[in-house]
Amino acid sequence: MALISTDHLTVAQRLKAVSLELQRGELLGLIGANGAGKSTLLHAIAGLLSATGNITIEGRAADSIPPHERARIVGIQPQAINSAWSLTVRDIVALGRMPWGDEDETAIERAIERAGVVAFRDRNIDHLSGGERARVWLARVLAGEPEVLLVDEPIASLDLHYQLAVMEVLKNYSREQRGVIVAIHDLSLAARFCDRLCLLDKGGMIAIGTPAEVLTEALLSAAYGVPVDIDLERNPPVVLPR
Amino acid sequence: MARLIERCLTPLLLATLLLVASLSLGFGSAPVAVLEGLGGWLQGEPSEAALIIGEIRLPRTLLALIVGAALGLSGAALQGLLRNPLAEPGLVGASQGAALGAATVFYFGVFASLGTLATAVAGLIGAGAALLFMLLLAGSGRPALVIMAGLAISTVAGAALAVVLNFAPNPYAMQELVFWLMGSVSNRGLDSLIVLLPAFIIGSALILSQRRLLAALSLGEQVAESMGQSVKKGSRIIVLGSACLVGSAVSVAGSIGFVGLLVPHMLRPFVAHRPEKVLIPAALLGAILVCLADIAVRGMPLGRELKLGVLTSLIGAPFFVWLVWKERKRWL
Repeated sequence: MALISTDHLTVAQRLKAVSLELQRGELLGLIGANGAGKSTLLHAIAGLLSATGNITIEGRAADSIPPHERARIVGIQPQAINSAWSLTVRDIVALGRMPWGDEDETAIERAIERAGVVAFRDRNIDHLSGGERARVWLARVLAGEPEVLLVDEPIASLDLHYQLAVMEVLKNYSREQRGVIVAIHDLSLAARFCDRLCLLDKGGMIAIGTPAEVLTEALLSAAYGVPVDIDLERNPPVVLPR
Repeated sequence: MARLIERCLTPLLLATLLLVASLSLGFGSAPVAVLEGLGGWLQGEPSEAALIIGEIRLPRTLLALIVGAALGLSGAALQGLLRNPLAEPGLVGASQGAALGAATVFYFGVFASLGTLATAVAGLIGAGAALLFMLLLAGSGRPALVIMAGLAISTVAGAALAVVLNFAPNPYAMQELVFWLMGSVSNRGLDSLIVLLPAFIIGSALILSQRRLLAALSLGEQVAESMGQSVKKGSRIIVLGSACLVGSAVSVAGSIGFVGLLVPHMLRPFVAHRPEKVLIPAALLGAILVCLADIAVRGMPLGRELKLGVLTSLIGAPFFVWLVWKERKRWL
């Protein structure tokens, strides 16, 4: 049974009848131009937007699951986060335990280690760089250990080293028999790490499948409006605008 | 070390509060043995000490403590809810709303059937309505919008209050109202506690029930919602709780400004800036500060009395200027 499946998921003027499935152990990449509906899709799956169509989580209708329980199963890291207060990194990561109503130290420590924020766990968030913060937000959602992890552009502000590190974290997380959906702009990294890709264009899904099936010149130039060079045979694969 | 301070903070504040309260009971123009007077009053002795402690200083002290606690707690709660360090009962329109409500009762005699409860109920409704209009107008917790909406609502309530003053039955009544608005806890009997105490307990309980939401809101409404918190419902509960606290405090003591702004700021460094951990210490420190300010007011030379609300504003307003300055530097 699919971990998550959506059936004709629609959000007025932003998302048109998207049907997809996420299996356990799978890292699914959401790609598409700005405004294609990637964030909207993630928010709708997390239940943050009212949408029509159906979402089922392991066969259960998502609407029928109480908010707390749903939050334990589905964790989302939105793209734009900031902390209103000068909290410590550890306290922010501990907030990720809220759906469980505990402060499970092992889960918090595991998340801090995974996201690579050990070195500044006791510092205040407003004293960190943008890239360091991005990893703190990731640690926060990892601390909840959700079965389904939704991440909106986690690597946008990261340097090359941490782009790879974070994608590794997401890949490893999915391999623990959980599921991860990541919205991502870097198509080379998407090809390298994701098991399947879902290409969105103007709110509709125009392709879903393996990177080789989705990352084709015809589909990408239709979605992005520019010609692209694609070399998936290379290691690592390369997808760049021409 | 930081965690140690955090753990000791509440007991420390509680001890200070008891100290300040006994200081307040012992302080005044006539030297009175506090314990004797208190004991005498409790047993219903008609001695001078019993009368001074029981009828004058005890109500005054209790009112100062509860009003201070209400303002401190509502300030901390509103700052947490709006994710804005500049939120304060006075700056989001709640105080003006409460003042308008209470003043309307004073002069137009609405809710006359409620007797002494009328001002408090009207203050409560005024504060609640002002907060609701402010939230509707701001539409979200965006700091700049909240401050602007608060300003707008304060202005509207201020204008309406001016109308009430304008049509006040006679000049003395108007003067009385103006003095009342300046804020004071003097010359109020223990019966004003009948209104203040239940409103304080209910308001505090409502706010404290939403501690987890306040913690979650640190990272914004979306994240809070995604962690299973009901942001809409919880926000309403916090607004209602704040309205209970501010409405009853203003209706009994007039407007005592800047306590709600100042207190959470003083405490935040000691609770690792966590919005849910600042609530109870803010109530305690608010009580301490207002009681201290009231002692200071009583200590001033006789003659024209400096009103409590005027003193807190004198101390608080420069602090507000400094806060804006600090925020400005953050964005430069």
